[in-house]
Amino acid sequence: MIRTVLAAAVLAFGATALVAQTDPIAARKALMKANGDQSKIATDMLENKRPFNLDEAKKVFATFAEAGEKAPTLFPDTSKTGGDTAALPAIWENKADFEAKLAKFARESKAAADATKDFETFKVQVTEVRKNCGGCHQPYRKRAS
Amino acid sequence: MLRKLVMAAVILAVIAAGIFWLVTIPATVSVDALAPRTPNLDNGKAMFYAGGCAACHLAPNEEDKTKLGGGMALKTMFGTFYPPNISSDRKDGIGGWSEANFVTAMWKGTSPDGSHYYPAFPYTSYQRMTMDDVRDLFAYLKTLPAVQGRVRDHDLPLIFKFRRMLGGWKLLFLDGRPFTPDPGKSAQWNRGAYLANAPSHCVECHSPRNLLGGIIQSQRFAGGPDAEGGDGWVPNITQAGIGDYSERDIERVLETGDTPGGDSVGGAMSNVVGNTSKLPAEDRAAIAAYVKSLPPVEGPKHP
Repeated sequence: MIRTVLAAAVLAFGATALVAQTDPIAARKALMKANGDQSKIATDMLENKRPFNLDEAKKVFATFAEAGEKAPTLFPDTSKTGGDTAALPAIWENKADFEAKLAKFARESKAAADATKDFETFKVQVTEVRKNCGGCHQPYRKRAS
Repeated sequence: MLRKLVMAAVILAVIAAGIFWLVTIPATVSVDALAPRTPNLDNGKAMFYAGGCAACHLAPNEEDKTKLGGGMALKTMFGTFYPPNISSDRKDGIGGWSEANFVTAMWKGTSPDGSHYYPAFPYTSYQRMTMDDVRDLFAYLKTLPAVQGRVRDHDLPLIFKFRRMLGGWKLLFLDGRPFTPDPGKSAQWNRGAYLANAPSHCVECHSPRNLLGGIIQSQRFAGGPDAEGGDGWVPNITQAGIGDYSERDIERVLETGDTPGGDSVGGAMSNVVGNTSKLPAEDRAAIAAYVKSLPPVEGPKHP
């Protein structure tokens, strides 16, 4: 059983790595999609449309942190266009700033997970952490609806 | 015979030029229209953030929203505009302006030296602001830091450099009407309608424009191609576009930039949120109530 799980995990990891290597645009879109889904869960909890749950709350930040850590490798020079990407050329013109912002996002997301103990702390943390979103969406993402 | 024809043509041309000159004289607001008044700086500050002055008038990469040195590029289909210094600096900003100069700029789109401003400065919306709000805003701007330095000229094709032509544009698109409340609606709705249509100038980006750059009135708020060029798209914010947003969702977008679907707004809307986040909460709620009430209107089709 353990072997099957391990094998599946290795396979899944390998597949993810492969997608990241062969199709970084699809991979980064998937990361952002996951962020969006988690962010929606967070908003729904804040708005009392969904009951607060500490594990789910921490997962929001874990997902954010993972995206912040993985994203820097998903913008190689070969991925400036294609795949219906909304990434702007400004990313590659300001790579250091872009990566610094992602690192800050990952760092603050991790800290937020640790600082979240209950609904009130979650509310404060999620509001703070999400201030990072616009930091990249403003200069680096094409406007689209 | 030929000479008579030529003479007639010349006379007609002179008359036409004269008429053009007359109808395109930049309009002003005279000092006499301004009764003595003590400004309300809190209201001026609210107007500053409702109007989002800092969204265009900061220097490039300036983080401090009170340093209005100007100069960030505003790319449009007509060319690139460089919003001027509107800091309180007497020489380079508006520190030396009279109140009448400022009201004239906001309502008539006319500069203190009597020339037309380009409508990249959204006076088509600002003209609907009340006189008191404009005066309070001016008083508040004068309390902000002086920033030195003049901004470079706009980068426009030669034919657009003849500003007098804008007098013709204004005849078509600047109606001079103030905001009129709808007595059948709540005070909150009317506050929201006023903010959205006058200082906050939402329609300036969230509406399609015709070939002359005028807003297509039947599709106000219905989104369309990004006026700042590129292949970006500005969302339809009538109920045809964001019908699934609740009032509270719209309020949240204006407060934090977070959309109900889990995304965050980008592009110029991030700058807008940087300002609306500093509005009194009841003003954001008012805008949300108004936007939520916009009947569904189909905008141009997103390719």
